[in-house]
Parts: sequence; C-alpha cells; structure tokens
Amino acid sequence: MTQAAASIDTEGARASLAGPSDYVALLKPRVMSLVVFTALAAMILAPGALHPMLAATALLCIAVGAGAAGALNQWYDADIDAIMTRTRTRPVPSGKIGAQEALEFGATLAAFSVFAMAFLVGYVPAALLAATIAFYVFVYTMWLKRLTVQNIVIGGAAGALPPVIGWAAVTGDVSAPLPWLLFLLIFLWTPPHFWALALAGSEDYARAKVPMLPVVKGARATRNQIVLYTIPLAAVAVAPYALNLAGVVYGATAAVGSAAFVALAAVLWFAPAERERKAALRVFAYSIFYLFALFTALAAERLIGLAPEYPVAEQAPSAIVATGESRFCAGVCF
Amino acid sequence: MELPVELTPEEKRKRRQRNVALALALAAFVALVYAVTVVKLGVNVMNRPL
Repeated sequence: MTQAAASIDTEGARASLAGPSDYVALLKPRVMSLVVFTALAAMILAPGALHPMLAATALLCIAVGAGAAGALNQWYDADIDAIMTRTRTRPVPSGKIGAQEALEFGATLAAFSVFAMAFLVGYVPAALLAATIAFYVFVYTMWLKRLTVQNIVIGGAAGALPPVIGWAAVTGDVSAPLPWLLFLLIFLWTPPHFWALALAGSEDYARAKVPMLPVVKGARATRNQIVLYTIPLAAVAVAPYALNLAGVVYGATAAVGSAAFVALAAVLWFAPAERERKAALRVFAYSIFYLFALFTALAAERLIGLAPEYPVAEQAPSAIVATGESRFCAGVCF
Repeated sequence: MELPVELTPEEKRKRRQRNVALALALAAFVALVYAVTVVKLGVNVMNRPL
C-alpha cells in the first residue's frame, strides 16, 4: 500500500493539499467584490452615518455571507462544475477540497456571518442576509438552476439584495424606495449579463445539461432577450435621477451608460454567427463596467455633496451609537 | 489495525498554512467583537453603579 493510500484509508486522517488560497477560491472572490461594492455604495447613500467600525463589520458580514453562499453553491454543483471548462479548476471538482468539507465550510461561514450581523450590526440586515444566502442556495442552486430556463432571472434576486442589506445596516429599515430601485437595477441587469456569458460558452452548459437560455431556446432567442432586457434596465437605471433620488452626475452616467449597453446589445443582435462569441463577451465585460460605473456615480455624488438630500430616518442605529446609547445595554446593563 | 499517517513535506506545509490562516481568522474575529463592543458601549462603559 502506498503512503498516500494509507493516509486515505486511515480513519479521519485524510491528507489534504488545499492551501488557504483554495478556500478563498471557494468563496468566489470576484462575485464577492461586486456584492461588497454594491452594498458599500448603498451604505454611502443611506441617510444617517453608521460608525466606520460598524460599517466595516456590516460589509465583512455581507462579504463572508456571499462567500458562504458561493462555497455552498460549489458543494452542490461539483458535478456540473467538473464538466464545464470554465469551472473545472474550482477547488471541489479539481479535488483540492472535498465536497463535504466545502459544505461544512460554507455552512459555518453562513451561520457566522448572519449571527455576527445580527449581534454586531442589526437584526434587519441579518434577516436580509440570511434570506439572501437561503435564496441563492436553496432556490437558485438546488431548485431552479437545473430546472428552468428562467434560473438566473429569478435567482438574480439573491445577487440584487446586497444594496438593500447595506441600506438596512445603516437605517435599520428598508421602507425607502432607493434601495429597492437598486435591487431592481441589479435584478434586470443579471439576465443580459449572464446570458451574454452563456452565449459565449453555451457548449459548456449544454454538456453539463444546465438549461441556460442559449442551450434551450437557441442563440437567436438569447440575443432577443438580451436586447429586450436592456430596455427596462435603462429605464430603471435613470429612475433614481428622474425621481430626484440622485443628481445630475448619476443621471448623465446612467443615460450614457445605458445607451451604450443597449447599443452593444444591438451590435450582438446584428452580429453574424462567426462574430457572436466576441460580441457576447463584449456585452458581458461591458455589463460589469456598467454596474460599477452606476454605483460609483451614485456613491461619489453623495460623497461630494452633489446628490439631493435624503430625509434622515428616525431611530437609525447610527443615531443610537452617535448619542452613546448602546443597544447592547437594553435590559442587561452592568 | 490503524496505520500511522505519514504526511509528505508538502502536506505538512499545506496543513501548517491552513492552521495559520485559521488562527489569524479567529484572532481577527475576537478583535472585531472587541472593537465593536467598545464602539457600541462608548463612554457608557464607565457609567455603571459600583
């Protein structure tokens, strides 16, 4: 028996070659960066001022929660990931981290992120974070992804919630329209973003039997849908300016950026078959820039004082901290 | 009978890296809870009956 085989056979002593970077990869850091950025922008936009330490804690919880959802997704989708070229080098399909270990890692981080958010920041953002993780794992990953062509449309709600969580971390509630407009913006942005990627790699999804739109309905239908989604997306993108929730800098960014998005989608729609992949990847790359540009414009405008004033909510957690009253203290003061 | 596990040098190196990363993560979590507690209590930490 070889040394490696002996180490595997020995009870509970499976030798692993996974390093910390493999666990970081399990958290899908690129997806996490977009999640954190949109949440941060919403925290800047939200009325009131959260203490920087609490703001950093909220962002950390959102980042870890998003990473946990990514790890649980990679646990459940290891069979699909092993087939697809784009994902076969991920830690689980490549054998660096066991599926069971990915499950335990993801579940532990999910619990930690939600409880830390609840006890250190607030119950409302914690409930939203828990709902986001649960939706991504149970509704999108386990249920919709392998079932319907609308998988990423409905599942996109999970990726759209971080600005609402960020807003709730500052204000303690989610009754304002702006965080929900940002939710709708990301929700409508997700289909053209993912379908452009799916169009460029549809063979991958077909082999893995994932019912993505290009696989089920074909490239032409996918191109149609991408163009169709960019139009309401553009309308929602300019809505914060139209409703006087954002200033002229954002309004101009949204108008120009959305027009460019529609134009690139149109270029993809008209592209001959041999140029389809290139045009689709251009739409995909631009979609990421577009979302970053919109949220950067919103946040920058607020930071430099060009955005319209937003009414400050009563009983914001930040106000409680600012006055020195501690929510830790309720009933259990020493 | 259980066989003794002989880890290769590479496996030992990776295990050490994992242990260090976990220790740092735990230390960071403790520091985070401490810092947030100080922020939330603020000056009220001195305001208590003796």
